[in-house]
Amino acid sequence: MNTSIEGGSEVAGAAEYRIPVLSSPTRTLAPFGRRLTQLKLRREYGPYRVITVDDPDGPRPDPGQFYMLTAAERWGGGEDERPFLPRAFSVLRAHDDGTLDFLLEDVGPGTNRLCELEPGDGLHLLGPLGQGFTPPRENRRPILVGGGVGIAPLAIWADRIGAAALTLLGFRDAVHAEGAALIPGARIATDDGSQGYRGLVTDLLNAELGCDPRAEIYACGPGPMLEAVATIANELGIPAQLAMESGMACGYGACFGCVVETRDGYVRLCVDGPVIEAAAL
Amino acid sequence: MIEFCGIRLDHRIVNASGTFDAIAARRAFGDALFDDFPFAAFVSKTVTLAPRQGNPPPRLWELPGGMINSIGLPNKGLAGYLREDLPRLGELPVPLIVNVMGSRREDVVRLVAAFSERDEVSALELNVSCPNVKTGLIMGADPRELAALLDVVVPHAGKPLIVKMTPNCASPADVAAAAEQHGADAVSLINTLRGMAMDPHRPGEPWLGGGTGGVSGPAVRAIALSQIREVRERVDLPVVGMGGVQTGGHAHDLRELGADLVAVGTESFRDPLAGRRIADELAALEHAFPANAAPQVEAVPQWH
Repeated sequence: MNTSIEGGSEVAGAAEYRIPVLSSPTRTLAPFGRRLTQLKLRREYGPYRVITVDDPDGPRPDPGQFYMLTAAERWGGGEDERPFLPRAFSVLRAHDDGTLDFLLEDVGPGTNRLCELEPGDGLHLLGPLGQGFTPPRENRRPILVGGGVGIAPLAIWADRIGAAALTLLGFRDAVHAEGAALIPGARIATDDGSQGYRGLVTDLLNAELGCDPRAEIYACGPGPMLEAVATIANELGIPAQLAMESGMACGYGACFGCVVETRDGYVRLCVDGPVIEAAAL
Repeated sequence: MIEFCGIRLDHRIVNASGTFDAIAARRAFGDALFDDFPFAAFVSKTVTLAPRQGNPPPRLWELPGGMINSIGLPNKGLAGYLREDLPRLGELPVPLIVNVMGSRREDVVRLVAAFSERDEVSALELNVSCPNVKTGLIMGADPRELAALLDVVVPHAGKPLIVKMTPNCASPADVAAAAEQHGADAVSLINTLRGMAMDPHRPGEPWLGGGTGGVSGPAVRAIALSQIREVRERVDLPVVGMGGVQTGGHAHDLRELGADLVAVGTESFRDPLAGRRIADELAALEHAFPANAAPQVEAVPQWH
């Protein structure tokens, strides 16, 4: 495991890096209406849970797109009728057999209910929604930066752009860092130093950019991490695509609840994001 | 096929203003949205004379049985709406009802006059009730204030005019009576109820960026039933009933109280096709139990 931020990493032929498969310039559209499906499988990675959901009738999502998830039972009913609204999750991986993986962390009534689901239990799925990642410009090398449960969209993006992408992941501690197994080859930082570099993932990013600033950053994680990434990117003039999160009632532009402030005013993350250019903030 | 204020509609389910953005939904779902449009008419978000950014986030709070929103009526303003949104909404497969709000009577007159000239628009809904915006509250909370507004607006209304009432007032029936006497063509109710949530991280501070917001969802259904009955007993105007409708049974309850149309709002956030499902469920119930003919649609035991 890397414990030093000195030196950065070597990416062979970084200046000539080419994206093997380009993502579509237009978004993949969601079928209209939510669909009832089933949980097939669940696995644990430290405090995180990966659920695999059947979606044979859905299109293959773009990396960075998201879905609204609702458990079919005990959602909007039960004793206190929470959870009531669906919850938004970036897709972690999409498989050839028509299944989708999502990464969960039990932090509230919605994620708690979803974490309870067992294979065979029903859930509703709406998606894929939103605008995902776009390939690096001008043959810049991609650097993926993730924090905590926010590593999810980076996994499917790393699958798409291939092994040459450098991935830097930050976690609270070694227990949480078990989630890093979802993106093989990632370099790890932990707040308490119990695994990998002791400190912030943005320290690793700064060191990388110090070696070779000709990069494009793809980031997802907690708000303060994304703010730090945006500051670094904007100061160096490096493009950064941030997969952002915001409380969301509908996921398809109806409620106007999920806005974030940009240079052009408030934009809805669900239809204008969730991937937003750092330069736009 | 039914008729509402002279507009022919395929069924009785419409959307509540501000709970469905047909333009954004087309970006998410493509033309499939048009193939199976959930509503018999589309009611726009509120349009104001000047553009509005809306309230600072956070704008949402989930409740037991519902939610609070503090959106603050973001919109492109009349000119931007006429230029960018109206042509696209004109492509919808159903009649368009445009919701407008102004903080001054002359603003409302300008909005109503402008939309009355447009062929894309089938009817107008007057927002006198949004609890997120101070100016919207006053006009609909007081019968005399509403009467004075309608007296200047109605002469400029070239389309049917629906008054979207506020539940945050002393007597919805008095306000509805004023709407009827001063030339409104219909009333719609209930709008959201004013509410607030505390910030879990900042003691004593509100969670919502706008301070207070509007409560919606199944939590307000019982209040909707009561206010719609109160209004129906007082006025003969057509009524658009709404408030926490999640099923055809809920819609049928409002129909039995005398609502001509039923609007679906918050439930669309849980499923964009909820309106279509509710319309189908309502049609099945109305076939089996015509309004005011059946003693009970869904006999739900209350104490078990």
